[in-house]
Amino acid sequence: MDKIEVRDVTKIFGKNPKRGIELINQGLTKTEILEKTGMTVGVNKASFSIKDGEIFVIMGLSGSGKSTLVRLLNRLIEPTSGTVLIDGKDVTKLNKQELREVRRSKMSMVFQRFALFPHRTILANTEFGLEIQNVSKEVRRKKALEALELVGLKGYEEKKPGELSGGMQQRVGLARALANDADVLLMDEAFSALDPLIRKDMQDELLDLQSKMQKTIVFITHDLDEALRIGDRIVLMKDGSIVQVGTPEEILMNPANDYVEQFVEDVDVTKVFTAEHVMKRPETIEVSRGLRVAMKIMKDEGVSTVYAIDKNKRFLGILYGDDAAKAVEQGKSINDVIKPVESVTTDTYLIDMFETLSASPVPIPVIDDSGRLKGIVKRSAIIDVMADSSEVLNGEG
Amino acid sequence: MSDTYHHFIPKIEIGKWVQDVVQSFVDHTENFFTGLGNGINWFVQQLVDLFTWINPFVFIIIIAAIAFWRSGWGVALFSLIGLWLIFNLGYWADTMQTLGLILTAIIISIIIGIPFGIWIGLSDTAKNIITPILDFMQTMPAFVYLIPVLFLFGTGMAPGVVATVIFSMPPTIRMAGLGIRQVPEDLIEASEAFGSKTSQKLFKVQLPLALSTIMAGINQSIMLALSMVVIASLVAAPGLGAKVYLAVTQLRLDIGVESGLSIVIIAIVLDRITQNIRKQKKS
Repeated sequence: MDKIEVRDVTKIFGKNPKRGIELINQGLTKTEILEKTGMTVGVNKASFSIKDGEIFVIMGLSGSGKSTLVRLLNRLIEPTSGTVLIDGKDVTKLNKQELREVRRSKMSMVFQRFALFPHRTILANTEFGLEIQNVSKEVRRKKALEALELVGLKGYEEKKPGELSGGMQQRVGLARALANDADVLLMDEAFSALDPLIRKDMQDELLDLQSKMQKTIVFITHDLDEALRIGDRIVLMKDGSIVQVGTPEEILMNPANDYVEQFVEDVDVTKVFTAEHVMKRPETIEVSRGLRVAMKIMKDEGVSTVYAIDKNKRFLGILYGDDAAKAVEQGKSINDVIKPVESVTTDTYLIDMFETLSASPVPIPVIDDSGRLKGIVKRSAIIDVMADSSEVLNGEG
Repeated sequence: MSDTYHHFIPKIEIGKWVQDVVQSFVDHTENFFTGLGNGINWFVQQLVDLFTWINPFVFIIIIAAIAFWRSGWGVALFSLIGLWLIFNLGYWADTMQTLGLILTAIIISIIIGIPFGIWIGLSDTAKNIITPILDFMQTMPAFVYLIPVLFLFGTGMAPGVVATVIFSMPPTIRMAGLGIRQVPEDLIEASEAFGSKTSQKLFKVQLPLALSTIMAGINQSIMLALSMVVIASLVAAPGLGAKVYLAVTQLRLDIGVESGLSIVIIAIVLDRITQNIRKQKKS
């Protein structure tokens, strides 16, 4: 189901926005309109929809209109034209009172520079959203404490924002937004002001929280790595227009135009792709079939090892050709000669498996959550990915 | 020369016009301003009665205690010695009159000034209209206020208070406006994003954050009010100012120095106490 639907939303800053809309409809670009009228096109006919429970990343360089776009959703900036539907209801048609209600119950916002109230304690900051709804003191305190515990700030309730580090302040910002229990979180460059290590922690934590809460998150960023890391889907913006919408893979695999291609050129693919993307089909032996069958498979396929699995395809270990031959001579069973080997899971990022891979004498097995063998990863596969990601992906499907 | 000039182009009678307007204004509003004047007189008298009813030594200790609470030992000690000196010199009653005048003027300044300050903080139109008026109020020689004020209120404490209010209110208005405008944009945005009403935004975000600036404005207003006490004495407002005026007209250096010193002591005590309210709120 679509939680948010944005249709042809346009924002023009300047004296005569109506004229600006006409010019846009005539097909003039942002630069032409600026030269002709002095008006700035903030967002140019943006259309997209956001599914319930997904992390939707709006990504672009500064000046691309992404921060304006997110403010058009809760009308901190009034759209010049277009509609914004939230749960099927047109936000742009609401009167002041109704808009306040939507802001209170449906959408919470997290800000780039935290925007905590310096005169309030951490607890009072977290309570703010509930306080202005006149929620009773006990209830709002309880909810605020829960939210603070969720972001790992238990025990800091009575501190003032100035006494906390940047990362902790943004946790408060997040807690303040969560305390409202709104379905939609608008996060405007929420982690951009944090230093890289803390930013990564916060991204992980957000993903972790998201797996528990299933909110609909609209996340603004200028950092492509961040977008690829946390986004279920990404929209790329340039000069106020949407250039491409898609999953991280789609954007990396099929850049819509030169602009996107340039953008994704420098991406570290080892942080984006997982074992699942690069694994190949392994030669396997189901152990009940015995050593002789295993040796035949090795001979037929021209390989020196096979991966042993049970009836449910669960991975048991690796069988080397030499061991198999000796075992047949000595009359041992297959279970006696299967050797353990380190494995990775399907969602392991390439960057996190370098060590395992270099230590292992054989391609490493990839297993799913229930331990079933899904494939193997060879060292060469990673090099292939780094050399040319699209080829590998297209080739393997 | 001037006569020949005026033969061709008559003098623009600004002074006469203003006088006519004020006169007609006075005629039509006499009851109102007499009532207002009586009200102010009554209020000041209540304060002065209260101050003089309290035993001077008790009063001195109370002030010193407030000074200690707000600013620490140094200011407390200064207040103790300074106020005792005023008592010793024999200017206690005058000082209480002056305190009554200043306190009344400041209370009126706050009651009128803060709402106007909030208004110019929130609205550009209001700022564009009110700022020139404030400039006018502050740059017009303070003596000039005395004339219409005399028309409206006669002589005594009330015109002194009113002239003091006019002269000392602008910083309260300006700084309140400035304080509201200085609230960071993202905090305003945050309060709106969570669905604040305009009044919630004002009372929960803008005013608390503007408080230290507002206090600085009030502190300035108090200092300006003190600088008006001598001028206020020209319309027969009693107090230390009247003593200074007396000293000038009778060339009494002794009275001049003693009453002047008393004003300085009061000024320093009030400044230090109110200044530190601001600092404390900031940290």
